[in-house]
Amino acid sequence: MVDLGNERPQVPARARNLSPIVPRASIAGRALVAVVAIMTFLASITTGTVLLVSASAAEWQSEIASEITAQVRPAPGRDLDRDAAAAAEAMRMQAGIVEVRSFTKQEAAGLLEPWLGSGFSLDELPVPRVIVARVQPGTMLDMPALRSRVTQAAPTASVDDHRAWIERMRSTTGATVLAGIGILGLVIVATIISVSFATRGAMAANRPIVEVLHFVGAGDRYIANRFLRHFLRLGLQGGIIGGGIAMLGFGFSESIAGWFSGTPVGDQFAALLGTFALRPSGYLALAVQAVLIAAITAWASRRTLFATLDEID
Amino acid sequence: MVRFENVGLRYGLGPEILRDLNFQIPAHSFQFLTGPSGAGKTSLLKLLFLSLRPTRGLVNLFGRDVALLGKEEVADLRKRIGIVLQDFRLLDHMTTYENVALPFRVMGREESSYRKEVIDLLKWVGLGERMDALPPILSGGEKQRAAIARAVISRPHLLLADEPTGNVDPTLGRRLLRLFIELNKSGTAVIIATHDITLMDQYEARRLVLHQGRLHIYE
Repeated sequence: MVDLGNERPQVPARARNLSPIVPRASIAGRALVAVVAIMTFLASITTGTVLLVSASAAEWQSEIASEITAQVRPAPGRDLDRDAAAAAEAMRMQAGIVEVRSFTKQEAAGLLEPWLGSGFSLDELPVPRVIVARVQPGTMLDMPALRSRVTQAAPTASVDDHRAWIERMRSTTGATVLAGIGILGLVIVATIISVSFATRGAMAANRPIVEVLHFVGAGDRYIANRFLRHFLRLGLQGGIIGGGIAMLGFGFSESIAGWFSGTPVGDQFAALLGTFALRPSGYLALAVQAVLIAAITAWASRRTLFATLDEID
Repeated sequence: MVRFENVGLRYGLGPEILRDLNFQIPAHSFQFLTGPSGAGKTSLLKLLFLSLRPTRGLVNLFGRDVALLGKEEVADLRKRIGIVLQDFRLLDHMTTYENVALPFRVMGREESSYRKEVIDLLKWVGLGERMDALPPILSGGEKQRAAIARAVISRPHLLLADEPTGNVDPTLGRRLLRLFIELNKSGTAVIIATHDITLMDQYEARRLVLHQGRLHIYE
């Protein structure tokens, strides 16, 4: 053969690092990473918030459910202190109750202070006496028996096991969790749609590559494998970025909540959302979700890819 | 190797642009495909490359009726055909070396097994200096030579070339023709679509002339 070119060897003896068949960096690829990252971030925020709300609601419920409160109201002709002591004693006798604490007159005044201010005289107000009992966890308390025992000891006493409040709490948190799952569903559907469009855009940009691969005898399976690997990598990149930022956000929110603890704002948030601390299982759920979204990206890309290959054929 | 029987082709509902084509391309043969612009040369090459299916008639390629082929079978048959298109179709993100080696890569061969072969061919077509260059910085002629090298590297059974010397000077055109002749001598059937009378006059070969959708063969 005649050499028409320069004789100097151009290629080193070692193996070359071959370029990937589908170029890694492209505008359409970056757009797909951005779309997946944003959708993963939104999905992670939704899931994390749902987990926080349901965890703190469960905490509230278990705390409240393990407590029983009795109120002894003052009545003419009755000794409030004696009635309160009798009611406390009656509660102590009930099976399943492990601790009974009777609030003193001063403690009751302390409870009312945020509403009535300091410096008022408790003697002028018909303030009921509060008795709080702690129930042994896992015990089903016989409430009718307890009520009748307490009212026998102190006729002006009433017993509250917070059942109505817990039911309302349960339905509120249930609705919040359902709404969160609904939003998560919408985010996932939006992810599939936007990823499909972004993939279509990326495939359109890569159409010349598909055509050339056809020219050199590559089958659809070969081409699809190359592109799927490419899109799965982009999906994982987006998932890691979006999920990672969301996890960092949750991690920092814990620290930020810590800085604000003791302030009125911090206390309000702490009362509503607990400690803001996502459990390790929560972080694991977010990581699994990010991988899932990457898989959805690959799946949506696969559908779009085969549709595009059919079009090109 | 290739047999066309009463083949017709139309695009959509338009008129038939290829009519009643009856011909054979024997193995190891060499032919020029010529005719005025718009006569259907590129369409005929696309039929031969299985990019288009005939509207009517029988196309038999390597003993297979193309109407009965599935997608993966088409891909397998294409591995036995090399094609050079007018617009080169090089991948801009790959070097000249990688573009030319692409058919081997698609076959799943190790880079070390074809490296020398690719380098030798690139030197043969005068691209020894441009192996690591990306297509956007190649001249038209260099792109054309890279496209030709990619089409012939895997020594296909059938080579289809659409105006392969359109962008090169006459000297290089002659050398490229020699490359096709060498390839033909080593067993590849060659079909070169061209307007270039000078090129055709340089080598005594069968001529397939397309005129008004019909094919006239001059042995």
